[in-house]
Amino acid sequence: MNPIEHFGKYLMLLGRTISRPEKFSMYWKECFRQMNEIGLGSLVLISVIAMFIGAVTAVQFAYQLQDSFIPQYYIGFIVRDTVIIEMAPTLSGLVLCGKVGSSIATELGTMRISEQIDALEIMGVNTASYLVLPKIIAAIFIVPFLTIIAAALGIGGGMLATIATGIAPDTYIRGLHSWFVPFNVTLMLVKSVVFAFIITSIACYKGYYASGGALEIGKASTSAVVVASIAVIASDYFIAELLL
Amino acid sequence: MIEIKEVRKSFGDKEVLRGVSTVMEPGKANLVIGKSGSGKTVFLKCMVGLFEVTSGSVVYDGRDFSRMSKKERTKIRTEIGMLFQGGALFDSMTVEENIMFPLNMFTNMTSGEKQKRVDFCLDRVDLKGVNDRYPSETSGGMQKRIGIARAIVLNPKYLFCDEPNSGLDPRTSILIDELLSDITKEYKMTTIINTHDMNSVMEMGDKVIFLHFGEKEWEGTNKEILNSGNDELNDFIFASKFLKELRKGVQGSYGKDLAGG
Repeated sequence: MNPIEHFGKYLMLLGRTISRPEKFSMYWKECFRQMNEIGLGSLVLISVIAMFIGAVTAVQFAYQLQDSFIPQYYIGFIVRDTVIIEMAPTLSGLVLCGKVGSSIATELGTMRISEQIDALEIMGVNTASYLVLPKIIAAIFIVPFLTIIAAALGIGGGMLATIATGIAPDTYIRGLHSWFVPFNVTLMLVKSVVFAFIITSIACYKGYYASGGALEIGKASTSAVVVASIAVIASDYFIAELLL
Repeated sequence: MIEIKEVRKSFGDKEVLRGVSTVMEPGKANLVIGKSGSGKTVFLKCMVGLFEVTSGSVVYDGRDFSRMSKKERTKIRTEIGMLFQGGALFDSMTVEENIMFPLNMFTNMTSGEKQKRVDFCLDRVDLKGVNDRYPSETSGGMQKRIGIARAIVLNPKYLFCDEPNSGLDPRTSILIDELLSDITKEYKMTTIINTHDMNSVMEMGDKVIFLHFGEKEWEGTNKEILNSGNDELNDFIFASKFLKELRKGVQGSYGKDLAGG
């Protein structure tokens, strides 16, 4: 199948997800289960990565500023904007591609191969809707919160690293307060919502149409991570072009 | 009753079902037998709509399933229960949640009523006290029985079983056969079973359909099968050298008996 056929099939799957649920309460239950899986399941990983990314950004920038005339409080300003505009949403997105994307593709692939999806179809459940829609809704709802936490921890990590390099916390905080543009937060949230949609929908597509055996589930999972990662980076560029 | 009229199914150039016509009779166990690759599973999946037929029709009590809208199909599917070869139990749910799932999705029963129904179905398949276990914590035979409990929880009119005995020891296979046979009679269901197992055929084959290379080669009852006179069917039933020799021996001694030898 060529990429255009894949894209068409992907759009058709998304089209099938939009239908009246057989029972709202079951869909909500599934939504909350997915929020738990995606949100709580990824919180620790994203937190740790965000803190270190903030710290690394601060250390790198402090190194660049050595022996220059640029004031040191610029570190706080640069870390804040880098984390909010780029690091928090994009790195969280890429981390989620690996963690959530592969998990969803594997889950649905296994369900497909072990005939669990067929069992749902036989019962009269719209499987595209029941298995895909709650995941997308849950991710769209929970990923922005994860991104906000990542941004906060990234900025915090930057502060800790700055203190470790001997710069006073006040200096860093002064940078954080300088030239704050609220729109950057909106940009971060827009990115996180778009990335959440991309990651879950691509992973669902790859898993839902998996066929064969264990080897194909592995391939579907890897393919979900690769395609979603490229799509996240590409959409990051287009969002920046459109909104900045 | 399910009428299958000239059903054909192709995948690309390969025609898997070649104009199969038969009737699945209500209140009886209708067994579909055949060698691996004969088209049994495709036939079953065409009947339940997991595969679209290329031509022909599948008619459920006068309702042509192959020409129904999605909405109409959804309605008819609540009348269908299916036991899959591997059980197809939902891994993330407990046994109780698995059986309760169709009730949660399609009925407005109270939680007490649902619990009562789940307990009844588990009791019916001789499984008690496994409600809180996960499918991975149960044996293959138990998974089949849980699958049967889930399949009958909505009181279906039609029960489909794909290789219910695969991977089970002979004793457990017989228990599953007895269970399916009892349930079919008790609820007057139209039961369709895909199987390789000749024990099942002889024990419960009220009606037997033999598929060979996608065509219906023979149909009859379990009482008629040994004297079918169909070479392909005999080749399937008496597959091993031992059974072939045994058959020759039995026929020989039977012949001698008849001749008074």
